[in-house]
Amino acid sequence: MANFLASPFMHNVLAGLAQGVLYSLLALSLVIIWQSTHVLNFAQGAMAMFATYIGMTEIDRGVGYWWCVIISVLVGMLFGGLAERVLIRPLYGKPEINPIVVMVGFLGVIEALAAAIWTSTTRNITPPFSQIYFHAGGQVILLSPFVIFQIVLAIVIMLSIAALFRFTKLGLQLRASALAPEVARLLGVRVSRMLTIGWMLSAGVGAVAAVIIASGTFGLFPTNMDGIFVAGFIAAAVGGLESPIGAITGGLLIGLSEQFILSYWSATLAPLGGIIILVVALMIRPQGIFTKNVERRV
Amino acid sequence: MIRIENLCVNYGAVKALRDVSLQASPGQITAVLGANGAGKTTLLRAISGLVTVQSGTIHLGERSLVKMATENIARLGVGHVPEGRGVIGELTVEENLRLGALASKVNIAEGLETQYRQFPVLGDRRKKYCATLSGGERQMLAMARALIAQPQVLLLDEPSLGLAPQVTSELMKSILSLCESKNLTVILVEQNAKSALRIAHNAVVLHLGTVVASDHAAVVAHDDDLRRYYLGLVQ
Repeated sequence: MANFLASPFMHNVLAGLAQGVLYSLLALSLVIIWQSTHVLNFAQGAMAMFATYIGMTEIDRGVGYWWCVIISVLVGMLFGGLAERVLIRPLYGKPEINPIVVMVGFLGVIEALAAAIWTSTTRNITPPFSQIYFHAGGQVILLSPFVIFQIVLAIVIMLSIAALFRFTKLGLQLRASALAPEVARLLGVRVSRMLTIGWMLSAGVGAVAAVIIASGTFGLFPTNMDGIFVAGFIAAAVGGLESPIGAITGGLLIGLSEQFILSYWSATLAPLGGIIILVVALMIRPQGIFTKNVERRV
Repeated sequence: MIRIENLCVNYGAVKALRDVSLQASPGQITAVLGANGAGKTTLLRAISGLVTVQSGTIHLGERSLVKMATENIARLGVGHVPEGRGVIGELTVEENLRLGALASKVNIAEGLETQYRQFPVLGDRRKKYCATLSGGERQMLAMARALIAQPQVLLLDEPSLGLAPQVTSELMKSILSLCESKNLTVILVEQNAKSALRIAHNAVVLHLGTVVASDHAAVVAHDDDLRRYYLGLVQ
């Protein structure tokens, strides 16, 4: 057992999963926004980064790790809600490219602002979990208490989001607002409020990914989330942008493929992992990407 | 009680409704009849705040509904079953019904029980996705979803559309009994004038956005000119 866990294959699987859950979180957050408002939020990663930087400045003032996590997520949610109200709301009913342009611009602004305020050097926070890998029989297993925390936290967040959408009154209203906004309004659902809440939830999920990255050995820097966003976007696109499960699966697949390419081929080619998955998905299931279910309009 | 006076609605340069006035009372079915494009659906959409009213007034009791948000009109007790029924196919029967009850103060469990008693077929299908329902079942679900919130007013847009004649006639009977037992103000928009006039108390005939007749249903049903020129009921 110890030999198996310490094998090169399992090294790659564990490292791939640890990276993949971050992509899954970002992909899930993109899907939540896409479903409710049909906006692809290019600033998703940057907004999460900025929220986490604010959380980290609170740590400088002496708050504990968990408070930093909570503050980052809450600030992230606030940003999400504000972005929807201020930047996106005036663009509903306009061509779909408009919100994309606005959010790409916003992405640049946030990253520049973060670099101006906190400089572009890497910052990190120390989680209350050891980052030292486990050993078994003298061999290293690519798993530390922190990596376990990272994976468990991501799974808990995903399950909570799924449960919220599936089993709560709020979730039912969120789904109805996304599926049939006019019908939902006729039933008394405050759809515009639901859209804001959708953006808040999504940005909160994104902030969790950024907090995990800031807690890792490599830390967080202002443009750090760009790569995560690209992988998360590909993951969401592979899943068809409408399916949370598809997005999560896509994120894990990209994490694993990057790790295997890095290990068997070359580290510089690792980002190809996502592209390969995207190309394969496009060949097998092109309708998975950007297309809506025609049935929906009935 | 719904009271509409001199209502005008424009779609760009097109005048969809011109000086439309009508009154619909509790416990009565007011049928709104007319050909395609007469403005029937627009009238219901104006009541629910889904289209911009150019001029005129719409009152529910003493309250003006003009410029009120759609969701607030719904919360005041206006149940609107849209054309094509608006059942959400990706949700289950029960989720659709729950959604109908959320914005009102009714007890959801009791409401579900009541609707399943009223429409037993919905109880049998409660866990099924609505995309799998037949046209008749969807219409029943759409009605139940509006009724679960215990509205004062029920706006029905072409409920008979796409239904077999026998299903239509049963549906019309249940609309009448619901209207009378719950003292509902029902506005029934129909192209199928024959079925609607059979149960309606009053009828309004629209033609190109204007009211050409407004009277007791029996009077409209026996007016040969109306039947021939506006209702397509020529024997």
